Amino acid sequence: MTTKKRFKDLTFWERLYIPVIIKGLVLTLKTMFKPKVTMEYPEVKFEPPASYRGRPVLVQEKNGVERCVACGLCSRVCPALAIEVQAAETELEKERFPQKFEINMLRCIFCGFCEEVCPEEAIVMSKDYELVFQDRDSAIFGKDKLLVPVENLQDRIDFLRKFKK
Amino acid sequence: MSIWEVIIISLIKILLIVVLMLLTVAYLVYFERKISAWIQNRKGPNRVGWHGLLQPFADVFKLLLKEDIVPEKANKALHTLAPFIALFVAFATYAVIPIGPTIELFGYKINLVVADVNIGVLYVLALTSLGVYGITFAGWSSGSKYSLLGGVRSSAQMISYEVSMGFSIAGVLLLSQSLSPTKIVEAQYGWMWNAILQPIGFITFVVSAFAETNRLPFDLPEAEPELVGGYHTEYSSFKFAGFFLAEYANMIIASMMITTLYLGGYQIPYIDKLGLNQTLTVLLQVGAFLFKTAFMLFFFMWVRWSIPRFRYDQLMNLGWKVMFPLSLLNIVWVAVLIMVFRL
Repeated sequence: MTTKKRFKDLTFWERLYIPVIIKGLVLTLKTMFKPKVTMEYPEVKFEPPASYRGRPVLVQEKNGVERCVACGLCSRVCPALAIEVQAAETELEKERFPQKFEINMLRCIFCGFCEEVCPEEAIVMSKDYELVFQDRDSAIFGKDKLLVPVENLQDRIDFLRKFKK
Repeated sequence: MSIWEVIIISLIKILLIVVLMLLTVAYLVYFERKISAWIQNRKGPNRVGWHGLLQPFADVFKLLLKEDIVPEKANKALHTLAPFIALFVAFATYAVIPIGPTIELFGYKINLVVADVNIGVLYVLALTSLGVYGITFAGWSSGSKYSLLGGVRSSAQMISYEVSMGFSIAGVLLLSQSLSPTKIVEAQYGWMWNAILQPIGFITFVVSAFAETNRLPFDLPEAEPELVGGYHTEYSSFKFAGFFLAEYANMIIASMMITTLYLGGYQIPYIDKLGLNQTLTVLLQVGAFLFKTAFMLFFFMWVRWSIPRFRYDQLMNLGWKVMFPLSLLNIVWVAVLIMVFRL
């Protein structure tokens, strides 16, 4: 009977195990003295890149008005049905504004579809990843929590202009 | 010395060893976590106390405050007994390991070993074999399939590796012509360390020691991915702490045994040629013993976080087809050494 030589057959030195084990031990010993990658969270916080999808927020213009025109596309596209928009009329140029804009953060899956579908660049994903609430009611974020000044979101908006078709 | 003085001195030695051992075990757990962290580019526990130095106490209190659960289908008596067997075996073994040479203190001659028995090595072997019962009972009495599998694996593994362990020790015994650990250490004067004279025996003994203490790469009795927790799946609170303690205590014993049998025990090569005074020499020698043991302990952890676990059939293959013949070969080698060099 002929035994087929397998691709993975070990050589004599490999079958002794000892040299390979020593190689592995040397590797781990070297690793022990390398700089650590641990980030000590509450003291040191992770600063996400522009591509990061954190909590979705509404862009607030410099005059204090939100960009949103309450078209309801975000709420329509939201796969988790987390967004609720109630439109109303306004004297401003944009004619419509969201009277009520709520995102249920227990439902939100951070997919970013709302941001992608928004024609006004009015809802964007922020870098905020620390979301804590004590009960279900406080998990529903209204306009008071969603509005963020445009200058704080410039990073993400630039990113979107560069990569969003 | 009267009988009372002997008893008091022995009690002091026992107390010292037990307290030291418990502390060492606590900090071994800490270092295990630290070393695993360093090897994985992490920092490890550093919140409780300075650099996390109080972490072991936090761990212990957490364990003791847990609810002690005994499964309904368990054999209550054996389930309770098992961790105590494991603990007893782990603690009792320390008695025969010499930490240093004889010293003179307050006019007494004190051996730095709790009991200098002339069959010390046999005693250690016998007790560590008893340790299997703790694990097997734990596995069987829990009334859980995972525990049982863990227990059965463990007994099969320990029995297989005890053979090669025994034969590797035979090489040491041939050279020292004694079963007393103190004599074995004295026989390794200078650079006549057994690790240097019989490297094959050293390797087989170290590998068997890993298997005996159920440490990775041979920790099949508690292989988490396959057996949940292995033999201690159904244990919690103090009883679990018992097994935990016993595992680390066994690791210390294994390191001490390796040091005593192969690394020259408390000996520092040619320290008597330096002409230091008696006390300093003894202190240095005790230090050397502790250093060697600490190095072996570090080695145990280092290996644990470097090498993956063996498959069960590979483990048995290695035990019977590789380690056993190698340990026999080692005996032949030692015999040749004795014949040629008249050691």
